[in-house]
Amino acid sequence: MPLVVLAGIVLAALPFLGGSQYLATIGLLTAASALVGQGWNLAGGFGGLTSFGSVMFFGIGAYTAAIIQTRWGINPWFGLPAGAALGGLAGAVVGFAAFRAGLRGSYFALVTLAFAEVFHVLSNSLALTGAGLGITLRLAPGLGNFQFLDRRASYAVMLALLVLATALAHWLRASRFGARLVALRENEDAAQALGIDIVRTKTLAFALSGAVIATAGVVYTQTYLYIDPSIAFSVERSVEMLLVAMIGGPGTVWGPILGAIGLHLVADTAQAWIALPGFAAMLYGVVLLAVIRLLPDGIAGMFRRA
Amino acid sequence: MLEVRGLSKRFGGLQAVRDVDLDVAAGSITALIGPNGAGKTTSFAMIAGFIRPDAGRVALEGRAITALRPDRIAAHGLVRTFQITQPFGGLSVAENIRIGAFLHVAEPAAAMAAARAIGTRLGLGPLLDRPAASLTVAGRKRLELARALATQPRLLLLDEVMAGLNPAEIGEIVGLIREIRTAGVTILLIEHIMQAVASLAERVYVLAEGALIATGSPREIAENPAVIEAYLGHGAAARLARTHSSPFDQAAPHG
Ligand SMILES: Nc1ncnc2c1ncn2[C@@H]1O[C@H](COP(=O)(O)OP(=O)(O)OP(=O)(O)O)[C@@H](O)[C@H]1O
Ligand SMILES: [Mg+2]
Repeated sequence: MPLVVLAGIVLAALPFLGGSQYLATIGLLTAASALVGQGWNLAGGFGGLTSFGSVMFFGIGAYTAAIIQTRWGINPWFGLPAGAALGGLAGAVVGFAAFRAGLRGSYFALVTLAFAEVFHVLSNSLALTGAGLGITLRLAPGLGNFQFLDRRASYAVMLALLVLATALAHWLRASRFGARLVALRENEDAAQALGIDIVRTKTLAFALSGAVIATAGVVYTQTYLYIDPSIAFSVERSVEMLLVAMIGGPGTVWGPILGAIGLHLVADTAQAWIALPGFAAMLYGVVLLAVIRLLPDGIAGMFRRA
Repeated sequence: MLEVRGLSKRFGGLQAVRDVDLDVAAGSITALIGPNGAGKTTSFAMIAGFIRPDAGRVALEGRAITALRPDRIAAHGLVRTFQITQPFGGLSVAENIRIGAFLHVAEPAAAMAAARAIGTRLGLGPLLDRPAASLTVAGRKRLELARALATQPRLLLLDEVMAGLNPAEIGEIVGLIREIRTAGVTILLIEHIMQAVASLAERVYVLAEGALIATGSPREIAENPAVIEAYLGHGAAARLARTHSSPFDQAAPHG
């Protein structure tokens, strides 16, 4: 395992050494996938709270960043805590409503999907979010402005957030809260009989997941300086998060990172060869089926068995 | 310690539990017996908060706990086990028990130490690091008991923890239950194995078709014609009276 960690550090550092914008962009995209995958994993992997709509948190983060600076003139860096807070709040509200009603499994998944669609529709119609036109940020590069011409800087921010999110997963694995979350995933009746508050534990986990995923949305806005409803709330990104966690090994600390690398290797290579519309979505489906069939515990599970 | 009054539950057209009164004295071992489908597990589920009763109330040490959530009831010191064992399959045996220990021990390492100690005490020592899903029936029953015990309950509800075990294993569990009681835990148990009931319980409640038909010491219950009828069918008591034996005779070996 230390060898794997070493390889990971070298891989993560590569884009900084080369000075190539291309490598930095690949690094940024992979780290972004790993970050949302890790965010999804906190609830979906550890707690078995399979959400199909977690892109709502990404969108909330992305719009929070855009709105506070363009509408209210607040420093963009404040977008990170604000986005995380609002993503967490959305997770708490949606989670509480769903878990209070006792929704589980595919019912929960569909409700999250519906909520994501509600946010999509809202962002498409509200003046605050610029409706269908979305929000364009004024180009003003600078560290103080959280805007970078050099992709390596965006990559560094994304990487730092990924490290934080992974530290959170690590804490989850070691803590009482995390153990209770896993117990709920394994057997709800038994967990409740042993004193675990189902609604509270799940709601907290989903809020945590929302906060982490929202930060990826903030960095997205700061990198591309533009956000609109179809980017912010695309179903495809919801699927990507789930896929990254599933491929890597749901409920493991390193799974989402392995999953993101794996998915980008496959998806980017395939897309370079076959440029059909909708191909990515189809490929995701195939990859997911293959993983469920061949690697039920993900890439991380493969390492554990070896 | 536990006071149950007028507990009732209907499932569609079936009156599963009908107006059940039950008292469990602090420090005692009390048994709830009855034929299959009598409503024993349903009664447990209502007492522990898993099923909302149609009528009736439950009080634990004078505090009303009727229709509280199971986790709240567990926090008050009443914990049940499941007749159909419910392990956390993906976790190790020790991790399973630790979930129980977490109720009152927040620190993960301390909870793990407590869990391993309890597991060892219940004879799961060599299995602590195995996945719970790999346990045999006997192992799973012990795990149910260990997990519940790890929550430091004051009242334990045990639902057929001896079912499916061989006589040697039953003997061990009977010994363990006695130890648990000696350590200050009050016990209410559901059991089909009369020998175990007779040797453990001070007081027995008999449920048939949802209603209580008898209560008393194991000896009194074994001689009660209504109980014999409930188990063996109409007319059985009269037939047995002619042969001067009770189906429970072998059930009360220690007199
Ligand atoms: N959730 C439910 N829905 C409908 N009927 C139920 C439900 N749970 C139990 N029953 C029925 O209620 C009756 C009592 O069941 P219960 O499990 O309480 O019996 P029991 O005394 O524990 O029996 P056993 O000794 O077989 O465990 C049975 O007829 C059972 O089929
Ligand atoms: Mg039963």
